[in-house]
Amino acid sequence: MTSASLLHPSRAAGLVLLLVLCALAAVQPSAAQEARPPGTVERAAGATTATTATTTAADDAALMKTDRFRHLAGELRCLVCQNQSLVDSNAPLAQDLRAEVVRLMSSGRDDQQIKSFLVDRYGEFVLYRPALSLRNALLWVGPFALLVIGAIGWWRLGRRRPSASPSAQDALKHVDELLGQ
Amino acid sequence: MRSLRYIVPVLLFLLVAGFLLLGLDRNPGEIPSPLIGKAAPSWALPRLPSATASGAAVADGSMLAANTLKGKPYLLNVWASWCAPCLQEHPILVDLARRNVITIVGVNYKDKPEDARAWLARHGNPFGATVADRDGRTAIDFGVYGVPETFLVDAQGIVRFKHIGALTDEAMRARLLPAIAALPASSIAAAK
Repeated sequence: MTSASLLHPSRAAGLVLLLVLCALAAVQPSAAQEARPPGTVERAAGATTATTATTTAADDAALMKTDRFRHLAGELRCLVCQNQSLVDSNAPLAQDLRAEVVRLMSSGRDDQQIKSFLVDRYGEFVLYRPALSLRNALLWVGPFALLVIGAIGWWRLGRRRPSASPSAQDALKHVDELLGQ
Repeated sequence: MRSLRYIVPVLLFLLVAGFLLLGLDRNPGEIPSPLIGKAAPSWALPRLPSATASGAAVADGSMLAANTLKGKPYLLNVWASWCAPCLQEHPILVDLARRNVITIVGVNYKDKPEDARAWLARHGNPFGATVADRDGRTAIDFGVYGVPETFLVDAQGIVRFKHIGALTDEAMRARLLPAIAALPASSIAAAK
């Protein structure tokens, strides 16, 4: 009876509710675009080209082999092939963006500045891990909130179960009465 | 109360089905641009030699910059001779230029100048000016991730609209032309 109680309609309804709510959370639009003030990292065209001129292609290639570059580019999405990162993708745009990241790195930008450089141009969608903000808070907190709601619903349905089966007791009583006759 | 238990899952199912139905129409390839409503990145690019629609002789190597275009709205179309959808949308741009709706600036993206010139000579040149972005870095500033892309920049240099992919008659009628019409009347008059 204990194993069967899991399949009781009220329990099953709770489970379905939980699954459906989780599915709902997954259906939410994937990227909440966050409007950021432009120019948090403005590329000073002159300054960057000057830096590029002083660094050689060999320096750039060496930068691309650093852990810092691999980690940073691994968190940036290739816009053309959206399920690949800038590290993985061979799309021409990914190559250009890798070069751009290297250029920014060699001009002394930190990871946060490089990320916001790309977010200013392509939106938060370039980040595989968008920062928590008011606009996308629902996406971050939503699934956990739904899990809690589902758990509460399940618990409440489970508690109501004993009082929900008097009909079965009535039926047994009725059987007893019939047998007793 | 008992019937509610059976109705709730059905309602939830309908809700999920509704979301999935809406999802069918959404194109995950179209990423909204963060530039809309903001100043267009300032750009300065060399003109594609002898490619002006007006026929005005332009010296090779001369530059065109965003701030020289300020004061009237323009359409910035990023294209390349190697890009098939660009050819597909091209008649629409030619028609738009013929009707003199708005100035169109062509940004020739990662292309060989001779290929670009030949392409324009063959298919018609709707561009008031064509500039060459050979390394694609200006396109990165505009957040271009595939050609063709078309930006509507108003007289103040603010990006008002972006279309990703080939322009279609439907996109023109439903989105781009209304966006042009929504620009301040004075700036449209200036464009004509």
